[in-house]
This record gives sequence, C-alpha cells and structure tokens, in this order.
Amino acid sequence: MTTRTPLRPLARILDAREKGENPDLIERENLRARHEAMKSRAMGRARFRLGILSFAFFAAFTTIGVQMGLTASQTPVEPRQEAGKSTISAQRADITDRNGNVLATNMLTHSLYVQTADLVDPPRVARELAALFPELKEDELLRRFTDGRSFLWVRKVLSPEQMQAVHEIGDPGLLFGPREMRLYPNGTLAAHILGGASFGAEGVSSAELIGVAGIEKAMDTRLRDPALAGEPLALSLDLTLQATMEEVLGAGMVMMNAKGAAGILMNVHTGEILAMASLPDFDPNDRPNPVLPKGAEPADSPLFNRAVQGVYELGSTFKIFAAAQAMELGLVTPETEVNTAALSVGKKRFSEFDNKNYGPVATVSKIIAVSSNIGTGHIALMIGGERQQAFLKDLGLLDPSPVELVEAPGAKPLRPPKWPDVVTVTAAFGHGISSSPLNLAAAYATIANGGIKVTPTLLQRDAPMKGIRVMSPQVAADSVAMLRRVVTEGTATLADVEGYSVAGKTGTADKPKKGGGYYDDKVVNTFAAVFPSDAPQYVLVISMDEPEGTSGGSEVRRTAGWTAVPVAAEIIKRIGPLMGLRPQVEAAPGNEVTAVRND
Amino acid sequence: MRGLLYVLAFFGMIALGAWAYSENYAMRARLAEGQRLRAEIAALNDAIATQRAEWAFLNRPDRLRALVDVNFERLQLMPMEPGQLAPVATLAYPAPAQDGALPGNLDLSQSVDVQAILPADPEGGAP
Repeated sequence: MTTRTPLRPLARILDAREKGENPDLIERENLRARHEAMKSRAMGRARFRLGILSFAFFAAFTTIGVQMGLTASQTPVEPRQEAGKSTISAQRADITDRNGNVLATNMLTHSLYVQTADLVDPPRVARELAALFPELKEDELLRRFTDGRSFLWVRKVLSPEQMQAVHEIGDPGLLFGPREMRLYPNGTLAAHILGGASFGAEGVSSAELIGVAGIEKAMDTRLRDPALAGEPLALSLDLTLQATMEEVLGAGMVMMNAKGAAGILMNVHTGEILAMASLPDFDPNDRPNPVLPKGAEPADSPLFNRAVQGVYELGSTFKIFAAAQAMELGLVTPETEVNTAALSVGKKRFSEFDNKNYGPVATVSKIIAVSSNIGTGHIALMIGGERQQAFLKDLGLLDPSPVELVEAPGAKPLRPPKWPDVVTVTAAFGHGISSSPLNLAAAYATIANGGIKVTPTLLQRDAPMKGIRVMSPQVAADSVAMLRRVVTEGTATLADVEGYSVAGKTGTADKPKKGGGYYDDKVVNTFAAVFPSDAPQYVLVISMDEPEGTSGGSEVRRTAGWTAVPVAAEIIKRIGPLMGLRPQVEAAPGNEVTAVRND
Repeated sequence: MRGLLYVLAFFGMIALGAWAYSENYAMRARLAEGQRLRAEIAALNDAIATQRAEWAFLNRPDRLRALVDVNFERLQLMPMEPGQLAPVATLAYPAPAQDGALPGNLDLSQSVDVQAILPADPEGGAP
C-alpha cells in the first residue's frame, strides 16, 4: 500500500515559511500530484476493461470465423429422401401377360471388372479366370491385363456362385459392380414377342438396360420411364394359351417335317393377340448371334419372326375376300351361280388345282367351299382391279402391321407394281401378292366381327376398338357361313372340332424361287379359322413352311387340308377349354332339362 | 443484486447452449436412423423382386409340364378336353331315398347324423 502524501507536509511547510515562500503552492502541487495519480489509476482500469472487451469480441468472431471456414470446407451431403425404391435407381418396368404372370423382370446381379494397377499376380488371375469361365482365353486376358490400360471389363453378369468363386481367387484387382439384368423366367416362351435386352451405358455401380428386339425395343421409352417403373406393362398374351400353342405347333411341325411354323390367336372384337408363336424359336435370355452363314436366307434364322416378319403368298385364303367384296358390292349373293368351266385372260389360261372340274357353273358358296380358282377368278373380274386393290388395302393386307414390335414396320407386303386383269385374277386366289400371317389374321378378324376393321395389338385392350366399316354385317355373316361350309363339306373337314363350330379357309401356295418361278415340291400351307362360327370370337391362323403330311399311306400330301388343318384342329381342341369356351350341342335346348336319371 | 443477475444470465446462456448442442446431435442420430431404414427398405424390395423372379421361374409352363409327366403315375393329369365342359342340365340328379329309408319321426333331443340317414349312393364314391 503506497503511503499517502499529506497535502501540507510539515517539513516542507516549515522550510518554505523560513525561506519566505508561499506554502499554498506546496499544497496545490501535492493536490495536482494526487489528481494525476487518480487519473492514471482510472486510465489503467479503463484500459483493462477495454482489453477484456476486445478479447471477448475477438473470441466471438474467431469462433464464427472458424465455423464458417469448417462449413465451407466440408463437401455437402444431400439428405437421401428418395432411396426407398431400390438400391440402383434406374429400373426397367416388368412385362406381364394379361393375367399378371411375369414374362420379363429385372434381377440384381454383379459385373466383374479389373483395376490393373491393383493386380498382384496377373498370370495367376488370368489362369484362374480362364478356368472358371470357358469363353475367356488365358493369353488374351493376360495381354489385356498387362498392355497398359487401367480398367477393363471381364464379365457383364455373374451368378452368385461364380461371384463367390472369383472372390476366392483373392486378388485385390478383381472388383464387382452391382447392376440389374433382364430375366425372362419362361425361357423360350413368346421369345419373338419379348425380343431381348442388353446393356447400354455401363458404369461400375449400375448399368442401363435397353431393349434390343421385339416389344422390349418397340416400347423401350415406356419401359424406361421412371414414373411408370413400378407398374408392369400388361400384354394381351395369355401365358397358358401361348404355351399350349407353342407345344402343339412344335409337335405338328415335327410330325409334318416342316421347316418352320407360325400361329396367331386373336380376339376378333378387340384385336388383342392372345397367342403368337413362331417356330423355330430361341431363348431371349441368350439371344443367338444374328449373323447368318453365307447363302442362308433370313428366314432360316431362329430370330426371324415368321408370324410378323414372314411375308408369304398365302394362297386360297384370299378367296373369301373376293367373295365378300362381290357380295358387299351387290354383284353376287351366296347362291349366285358363277362360271367354273374355264377362265383365260389374254393368253394366260387358268386351271383348277389338280385339274379338277367343278362343272359348268357353281354357287359362290360352293366355289369357296371347294376352293375353285376359276370361279374366284370370274368373281374378281366382276369386281375389277381398282376396287379389289382398295378393298385389300382397307382390310390392311397391303400395309405393314401396326402391332407393337420393332420388326413389324419393316415387313412390307409385296404386291405387283401394276394391276392388270391377270393380277386381278391371281390376287383373288392369293398368288403374286404376299402378306404376313398377322395381316391375314387381322383381315379374317374383320370378317368375323361383322365388318369393322381390326387393328392387331399386343397390349391389353379392354374395349372393342374403333375402326372403319369395311363390309356390312350381313355380308360378314354370309362370309362366315361360307367358311363354315369349307369345314363341314370342303377342303378343311379335319378341322371340324366337335362343339366349337369352326369355320375357316385353307391355302396352299408354292414357294417362289429366288430367280423367279416356283418350286415344284415346296409349299407354304396356311389355314385361317374363325370360331365359334355362329357368334365368332376368335381367329386362329396357322402357317407351315414346307410341311409333308401323310394321309395314312405312303403318299406325301402337301395341301393345307392335311398339314395345317389337323394342327389347327388340335390347337382349338386344347385351347377351347382353357379359354372357357363351352362346346355347343347341335340343338341348343335353352333352359330346359334335357336329361334326368331315375334309378 | 445486479451481480447475481449477471451470473444467472451467464449460466442460463451456458445451459441453452448445451441444450442446442444436444438437440443437434439427437437430430443427426435420427437422420442417420432414417437413412439406415431407407437402405433396409430398398434391400428388402430387391429381395422381393428376386423372389418374384424365382417364383415365375419355378412356375414356368415347361417345368410344370415336365413335372406332370414325371409324376404321371401318381397324379394322372391329362390336358383338358372340350367334352369335359358341359351344361348343368346334362348332369344326373342324385338318386332319391328308398321308401322307408327316412325315419318317420326323428328324435330331435339328440344331434342327428344326417349322413347315416341317407341310403348308400348306388354309384359309390364322391361325385
């Protein structure tokens, strides 16, 4: 504690009084010194307080500054709100049949890739991989591991067992990346319709699935739409009917020794395709190489869809269109008698199949039932070439089918460039003009549903589709009655399945040779059926390529009545109950009791 | 008095800071839990999709047909035929009871075994 200096120190005052100085000066001096000390003390205190305050501000700003720095230096992490659907975000929609059975779906799998910088022992890895996967070659792999690239794909898809086996190789350069692959659980069923899928842009953590053929490619945008990824694409196909048709058609193809076969089952009111088969077929999980060997035709490949892409001369199945058009134009009725003796246009003379003779005249109904070329030719000449062409175009036979397959727009029907009378006659019985079995099915469906043009579709359609009216209902009914007569008395008696009154038309056409002309012994047999004929609901078209049927003897028969017709009859017998079609007893009794047992 | 208020305010601020800190970390824990649950849901959805594919594969028509063929002795399954669908009017009525087969006065004090009352079906077996 500093000593307090008095204001008037006695010693100095006495000293000043002795010298004669004013002692008040001493008092003022001490007072001033005291004030100065007080001031300096106050300043010190203020300085200290300022120091505390500035330190506090400094601390606060430093904290804020450090926080801002830390926040700015971190990479932002987005809160993942949308990760509920799947671990891999891109997902392709499933494809199901009309009843919800899965036809195509996605499966989680892994791909195998190599970071060559991390490989510890490339020769050993190459050897072990070549041992595990037969399609990989050891020297090729080793070359790719060591030629300087840093990344390479080894396998696109792996099964869990393969993945475990590769994992046990134990090299850190072998890495797995998750991805989804497209799986077709039903194997070869509906192969041409589904087509196939493969990988587009491939990354390590996911890969993009794109459609390659069939409906996978035609509806690729809808299948890849993220908003509709959870909703399966429902086709109009029925899995049971498709399996049955493929089984019976396959058996028929083997029995008739045919090169190929196609079958289409369609609903006549809605245009939905319930089953469409083309044999030989393939497994869409493992699409074969589309490159054909030298000299092979496109139709030899199993990838060729004979029902949609195959354009053939369909033969006598076209005769009903001439008859229907003549009736629609009012030129004939089913009972009108038409010349069946002889027909010649210019220098060309036409004759019947097997040189048969149906008499001088025959009714239109009989002409269709026995499939008379001469009678049909006369009917066609009555119609005239231009009207006939317009009618065939209205039926959709001259345009590619609008069905939802990527191969459909390319299958253009072949027609002669000019349409003189000779072409009018040959087109009436289906020669010189080629069309696909699907176009034929749509045209027959138009006749069967009362005359409204049918647009075939592979997607589920609940309501009957709208179309232009091609013929009146009476003409359509008369045509179906004529087709029924073909089955009861004409060329297709083997198709008379009991209970399903089947109506249809056979067609046998020689296959054209490449350089012009026709083969003698190679035919395409077609049978187009409509059933049940009193109120038609379904159309079935069967087409067989180079079949050889037998009538029980050693003679080979190549007409449709012996090849396509029995196969179609078996198919109708098998699928009728599956569709719930009740076979009809001849005299339908209504609601009366018909049989009672009284034991 | 004023000094006490200063001290109380100071400790109050410390307490609020501690509360904010704990809330922040509780929030982060919840968000992490939510993310973990979403990842689990996604993994389970993938498992469901795999099961659907497995079911479709086991249910494919080729396999079912092969199973039917292999088990033909036991099951004797054949393809359906059109003749198996018939109108109801063609089905036979069950045979009526014989005379005297039904007792005139049933004793209703006990429970009645209705199967035992009917006469034996002459064709035998289930319909």
